[in-house]
Amino acid sequence: MSVFNQSRGGIIQIIFAAVFLIITFQLINLQIFSSKYKLAAENNAIFRKIVYPDRGIIFDRKKRALLENVISYDLMVTPAETKGNDTAALCQLLGIDTTEYKKRIKEAIFKNTRVKPSIFEPLLGPEMFAKLNENMYKFPGFVLSERSVRTYPYNTAGQLLGYIAEVDTTYLRKYKEDGYEMGDYAGMNGLEKTYEKVLMGQRGIKRFIRDNKSRIQGPYENGLFDTVAIAGKNLYTSIDVEVQQLAEKLLQNKIGSAVAINPRTGGIIAMVSSPSYNPNVLTGNQRRKNWGRMVLDTAKPMYNRAIKGQYPPGSTFKPLGALVALDEGLITPSYGVGCFGGYGGCNGVYVRCEHKNPGHAANLRLALANSCNSYFSDIFRKAIDNKKYGNTIEGYLKWKEYMNAFGLGRTLEVDLPSEDKANIPDTSKYNKFFGGARRWNSCSVLTLGIGQDKMTATPIQMANLMCIIANKGFYYAPHFVDSIENETDADTAMLGKYRRKHIVTHISDSSYKAVHDGMNDVTLYGTATAIKIPGHQYCAKTGTAQNPHGKNHSLFVAFAPKDNPRIAIAVVVENGGYGSVAAAPIAGFMMEKYLNDTISTAGLVEVERVSKVNLIPDAIKRWYYKKDSARLAKIAIEEAAAKAETNEENNKPITEATLENNSTPIGDKNTEPKIKTKPSLLLNEDKKKRRANAKP
Amino acid sequence: MNKQKSISQGVDYTIIWLYGILIAIGVLCIFMVEYRTDTNWVQSFLGGKTNYSKQLIFAGVCVIIATLILLTDSKLFTAFANLFYALGIVLMFATFVIGKNINGSKSWIPLGGGFNLQPVEICKIFTALALAKLLSRQETDFNKLKSQILAGIICLLPAVISIAQHEAGMALVYFSFFLVMFREGLSPIVLIIGFSFVALIISTLLIEPDTLAIILSAAAILFIYFFRRIIKKSKGLLYLILLIWFTSVGIQRFAVPFIFNNVLECYQSARVYSAFGKDYDCSLNQRSAKKSEKAPKKPDDYNVRQSKIAIGSGGFWGRGFLKGTQTRGKYVPEQHTDFIFASLGEAFGFVGCFVFLSIYLFLLFRIIRLAERQRSTFSRVYAYSVASIIFFHIAFNICMTIGLFPSPGVTLPLISYGGSSLVSFTILLFILLRLDADRQMVLR
Repeated sequence: MSVFNQSRGGIIQIIFAAVFLIITFQLINLQIFSSKYKLAAENNAIFRKIVYPDRGIIFDRKKRALLENVISYDLMVTPAETKGNDTAALCQLLGIDTTEYKKRIKEAIFKNTRVKPSIFEPLLGPEMFAKLNENMYKFPGFVLSERSVRTYPYNTAGQLLGYIAEVDTTYLRKYKEDGYEMGDYAGMNGLEKTYEKVLMGQRGIKRFIRDNKSRIQGPYENGLFDTVAIAGKNLYTSIDVEVQQLAEKLLQNKIGSAVAINPRTGGIIAMVSSPSYNPNVLTGNQRRKNWGRMVLDTAKPMYNRAIKGQYPPGSTFKPLGALVALDEGLITPSYGVGCFGGYGGCNGVYVRCEHKNPGHAANLRLALANSCNSYFSDIFRKAIDNKKYGNTIEGYLKWKEYMNAFGLGRTLEVDLPSEDKANIPDTSKYNKFFGGARRWNSCSVLTLGIGQDKMTATPIQMANLMCIIANKGFYYAPHFVDSIENETDADTAMLGKYRRKHIVTHISDSSYKAVHDGMNDVTLYGTATAIKIPGHQYCAKTGTAQNPHGKNHSLFVAFAPKDNPRIAIAVVVENGGYGSVAAAPIAGFMMEKYLNDTISTAGLVEVERVSKVNLIPDAIKRWYYKKDSARLAKIAIEEAAAKAETNEENNKPITEATLENNSTPIGDKNTEPKIKTKPSLLLNEDKKKRRANAKP
Repeated sequence: MNKQKSISQGVDYTIIWLYGILIAIGVLCIFMVEYRTDTNWVQSFLGGKTNYSKQLIFAGVCVIIATLILLTDSKLFTAFANLFYALGIVLMFATFVIGKNINGSKSWIPLGGGFNLQPVEICKIFTALALAKLLSRQETDFNKLKSQILAGIICLLPAVISIAQHEAGMALVYFSFFLVMFREGLSPIVLIIGFSFVALIISTLLIEPDTLAIILSAAAILFIYFFRRIIKKSKGLLYLILLIWFTSVGIQRFAVPFIFNNVLECYQSARVYSAFGKDYDCSLNQRSAKKSEKAPKKPDDYNVRQSKIAIGSGGFWGRGFLKGTQTRGKYVPEQHTDFIFASLGEAFGFVGCFVFLSIYLFLLFRIIRLAERQRSTFSRVYAYSVASIIFFHIAFNICMTIGLFPSPGVTLPLISYGGSSLVSFTILLFILLRLDADRQMVLR
């Protein structure tokens, strides 16, 4: 028996060839027609490491750093690699429970996929970093990654500098072309936001080859595709940190705002909105908690009243009324009115004046010094009823044009985000209010002439107005940043609008002298007599704006020295009463500090006194009181829960003392002294039930 | 000189050349897998600690073994075939007693010095010899069912033992002997039934059970319709069709789920499912459930996915020698053994793979040519066995790395790292060469 089935050898060969053909087809499919595998291989093996550049520093006018960068550490997690992790140990180290752990992992996967690292716990404190660092080997998938964070050595100017925070999805969508990624930090407010592009620098990317356990094997293609990180550029601002600190101190326990501008350049020397906050609370790992608390605070510490607060300017408007009349040629500095205690030129409206003695408004200087309501009502009517413009509407429009030229009723384009334009009402507003264009005249809106009615201005607009008066007719748009390090053309273009001179009036210097003299007289024998700047003459105007919601707002505007002014200022203290009482001393000390670089010994005592005066409205005080009570109640519940769990010795119950340490309010809000109430009284019914359930 | 002549006389040098080339490619591939930029490869090579230097040592051992085999007389193999087979089976049973657990299969016998022997590898040779011996016996008539069954038992006994050792992949290789039997006269029906059975299992995995049942019933009705004339004459065909239909539906409905849930391990079922792009629910698996209390971990097709990425990223020309990131980053597990083809595919691309496959195919065809020129049934059967074993290894291994077949865990002949595999293929081939060299002498 032998080769019977020789043909079957051929069949076997065909089977072999067929299988090899199938393999070849699959190889063609994999290697030639599928591009996804190449991409998958790169995703596997190429590790892109973003090299964050140092963010630019912001300096004050004397080159003192308002903020600095320090290294902090983020705990990063790559969810796909966390298998075999000692979750319990990690949770114990971080002081979280496993539910929280799972929640964060889920969040990380949702935000940044399973294979990319996301932040698990941001900005660890030094102690936490040390603890974690020696245990990192237990936690595969977790790494500590360096990040540069801001610190603020002067603890000041939080609202101006803004803060940086991790970008969210909305931000990423908005700035798509800027190449941000999840986990990046960006300026979210203040100068950090306005100058984000300058400060952030350029991120570098290094590509590495990594192995299956994410260990770096070496640079990819010898660094051919790597880019270098370029550090952010520094900003040089006009802020004077000492004046800023002083102003914040003086405005403590008050709600209000102060803005000081150098009239020669438009550079802002100080800008405070009170209540303010220490910018350091928005760095570090407590950032989110503090931020949440401040957002919910009824006194709005995050709200910059200097650019957003709208106040009727009151008497501080009067110099501007005079300028309009002078520029239009309606009056001369020697123009005077006879006032006997009020303005009666209109039927139905009678504007009272503080003064009765004859001759207190005999000329412009006197009228300003005495803040004569009749005088300014009169010249306001002159401006509105100007024959040149035919009728009230046209006259009003011209007057509004003046207001806008002086920076009222429009934004000044300061380099902070979300500036408000306040309000100089349009004719349509009045048409609607009075029921028709023909149904109102200069008498109907008479109190506009003394800075009341529907007009409002922000503190920065008032300060800018002082700049115009101090400069005798021109101003530079108020701004913080004077120059940028290594300015490029783009940077110069960005700052261009702050370097352009705006000429507003064409009034002779002698006319201005009358305004200046009148305002100087205010400080010599007028309402601001009590406020002196040692060694300097200055010009000022107080204001008391009527506030329908409560006590009058106290306003004060000034510039100093009288000749060659170097500082123009506006201070508003809400519910502060007379301008000379609350706002004037604050402005006085700020000017003194700026001009003399120091404050006299007697002044220092006064500074302390002023800073302690509490002018916070009762409603807000009550709010804080309620919040504190709620917190006490919460503590009580937590204590009850802790007592119920006393069996678990490793869970050290939180004592009331530690909680109270943590719960001191941010900033220096003086709240009512804490009253230790019996916490159970504050519990509502269901909480009581819960507590009862917790006990057995 | 005389001796030298007697060794080399009649030896097929083509196969020796192919053998050398393949071993060289293998060492090169293992080198690619092991290579690290930051280590001095010359030093580690000479140190003998790395896998590629070990493989070279194995190759050296293989040269000695090959020489020894060529020095022997071919009669030795026919004479001792059954004894060898018995020894192989004993060794395989011995692993249950003295076996060492490597990668979850207790199929290794420790030899000392860090080397281990896998009897199931060696046993392939003995099975081939035993089969050849059986079929070449004067009294064997392979057309008889009795001898066919005997041949089947010889081939499948080691397969059964290796399944018991959790080496399912190796067991598959023993089915290669059915190709040999086909050549020797086994009815093609057996192969067709086997193939149909595999096709049925695959379609069970791919198609919804109810849909498949409907398709099968429809096919049966169609057959009955087309053959209605013949059926009228004889009812036999009707019964046959009904029987086939009944078994198919039975297999699809009950046998396949039973096999996956009760016979195979969870990971094996999952691998099979994942090869066809399906997920296997391990909670159905009785064996895993019995074995461990905790919920069975869901295995994924990570190996195959990474291997496909490696091969796919090679593209047409490949990424170049030592430039593959998948290989350098050790993304493909077991890349020096079972998944060695991935490093080749990544580095040299489609062109490299094609050339490599051509070498293999050339080797297989060469062996078949050798087989057909044998005068003795023993040599022919043995040669076909060698070709079939190597073919099954290549097909299963490469299909696994390119994701065409579930990963059974068989090596790539002469390429994969591993002494047992290399030595057994060397012995397999060189016994063939010895037999071939003596083909003129024997007339049996």
